Amino acid sequence: MFLRYFLLLFVLLPIKAFALIEVDITRGNLSPLPIAVSPLSIDEESKNSFKKVLNKENIGSEISIVVENNLRQSGLFNPLNKDAFLQKADIANLKPRFEDWSLIKAQALITGKVTFVDEKLRVEFRLWDVLAGKEIMALAFTTVPSNWRRVGHIITDKVYERLTGEKGYFDTRIIYVSEEGPKTNRIKKLAIMDQDGFNNKFLTLGNELVLTPRFSPTNQMVTYLSYFRNLPRVYLLDIETGMQEVVGDFPGMTFAPRFSPEGKKIIMSFAKDGNSDIYTMDLENRIVERITNHPSIDTSPSYSPDGKYITFNSDRSGYQQIYVMESNGKNVKRISFSNGLYGTPVWSPRGDLIAFTKLHKGKFYIGVMRTDGTGERLLTENFYQEAPSWSPNGRVLIFYRETKTNSKGEGFSAKLWSIDLTGYNEKLVETITDASDPSWSSLLSN
Amino acid sequence: MNLSKILKNGFIILVASFVLTACATKKTTGQLQSDVYTGNDTVEYLASGVPDRVFFATNETVLTTASRETLRKQAGWLRKNSKINIVLEGHADERGTREYNLALGERRANSAKDYLMTYGISSDRISVLSYGKERPVDSGSNPLAWSKNRRSVSVKAN
Repeated sequence: MFLRYFLLLFVLLPIKAFALIEVDITRGNLSPLPIAVSPLSIDEESKNSFKKVLNKENIGSEISIVVENNLRQSGLFNPLNKDAFLQKADIANLKPRFEDWSLIKAQALITGKVTFVDEKLRVEFRLWDVLAGKEIMALAFTTVPSNWRRVGHIITDKVYERLTGEKGYFDTRIIYVSEEGPKTNRIKKLAIMDQDGFNNKFLTLGNELVLTPRFSPTNQMVTYLSYFRNLPRVYLLDIETGMQEVVGDFPGMTFAPRFSPEGKKIIMSFAKDGNSDIYTMDLENRIVERITNHPSIDTSPSYSPDGKYITFNSDRSGYQQIYVMESNGKNVKRISFSNGLYGTPVWSPRGDLIAFTKLHKGKFYIGVMRTDGTGERLLTENFYQEAPSWSPNGRVLIFYRETKTNSKGEGFSAKLWSIDLTGYNEKLVETITDASDPSWSSLLSN
Repeated sequence: MNLSKILKNGFIILVASFVLTACATKKTTGQLQSDVYTGNDTVEYLASGVPDRVFFATNETVLTTASRETLRKQAGWLRKNSKINIVLEGHADERGTREYNLALGERRANSAKDYLMTYGISSDRISVLSYGKERPVDSGSNPLAWSKNRRSVSVKAN
């Protein structure tokens, strides 16, 4: 239902020309591309109409600010200060004076126009190559006015894709656990927000402990752990309707849930008599399958994007390490071999890497390795951090970090952070409350 | 595996010696012995002389001599009070990933349960609930606080 509002996404002009400007995505934020995001132009009549509906003075410039913040946050772009812009928004959208834009060192320029048509928001935007002096992309779409922030995210996705050659990750949401109260008795609620922290909504009231929410690839459903009635079980939640149900009928704790790549199964751990093993449950026919059968702790399972393999966490060697097996549980292979303990393996949506948490000599790291365990790279080190989740394009990881308390046990906080796969561009992801266990949705529109 | 075991034991000794020196300079009622809490700061009592909890070493689920003594007292008390059922709440410290700690808490509570069963307490009277690292008793970020949080607590269920 959420997606239905975006009915009309069409290309104004077919573009075959090769972009002259390119963003080097292998080097993180070492040389972000200077880009000018002109405010989207808007006529007086449309301006007044949107003001009535959205209570925003100038929706055209509001949308351009969403785009600008997204581009800056990616670390790959350097949006230039609007005060330096010489050309007016409406004229720039018709025909930019490229000399003016190259004078302020812009290499790319985004212009656009917003109109109020039949109670709807109509947006067109253009991406210009300033040095080559030509248009390289033009798109228009129509949606309900309340979707205006998503318009900004979709524009960013299109620009990002055109300039980097990879899909964007801006029209996405993050589900996470909101935390409040003393460390010894935290109140935890499920919460969801846009990728940039806006439109935050709480999905549970905090009456029971909730942990580890994860998005389905179809976006409507979330699986998570709830201590409802003091029985820790995996639940399924429809975020559109608010309907919840327990997953399966297990005589003990189920935890560490994730969806299979098509969203048809839940994979999770089931703990009984001191032993945790990995199980799947098919959401259509409710058939439960046992995947591992070992006296050690087997947990944190995550499917490869093709569904053929599962990576998971086990202490069968004596300590927490990362393993890979076929999806039927056969051919279990340990892949982590460096010093330290390894947890929370998560398969990249591109399929080539596994992200993990590592504990070594009292420090926690977020890192990545190839799926055979080679090429380990540690991206960030801290007192405590864990639970990486991939952006849908496999470029950025979001995770949570907890602070060390002082000698009186004060000063605890938990926050979300993101980092580029290159290890650059580490950024705090602002949340209304303290936050943990983030999970990134796939793109809402394609 | 041997190398990591050596490293890990080395780490425990380092932690223990750090805490011992810390205790020498800082007065505290708590104590640590080879990484296991031996104090009674946080301990509550099911009845007079019957402590409600046992403590574990980092990443371990093995019961210490002191833990076994505590559980024998609990078993004696449960035999005398045959109508009382208990929940064993298993916990981990904050120095581990959330999901693994949930499993670890469950395993700790079950090692306490198994021991109570060998002393004649029926499994029908014992349920197990893991909180992982979600409910620490000490909010400190230091080895002593962590040792108090690695625990299995017997709680009256009725």
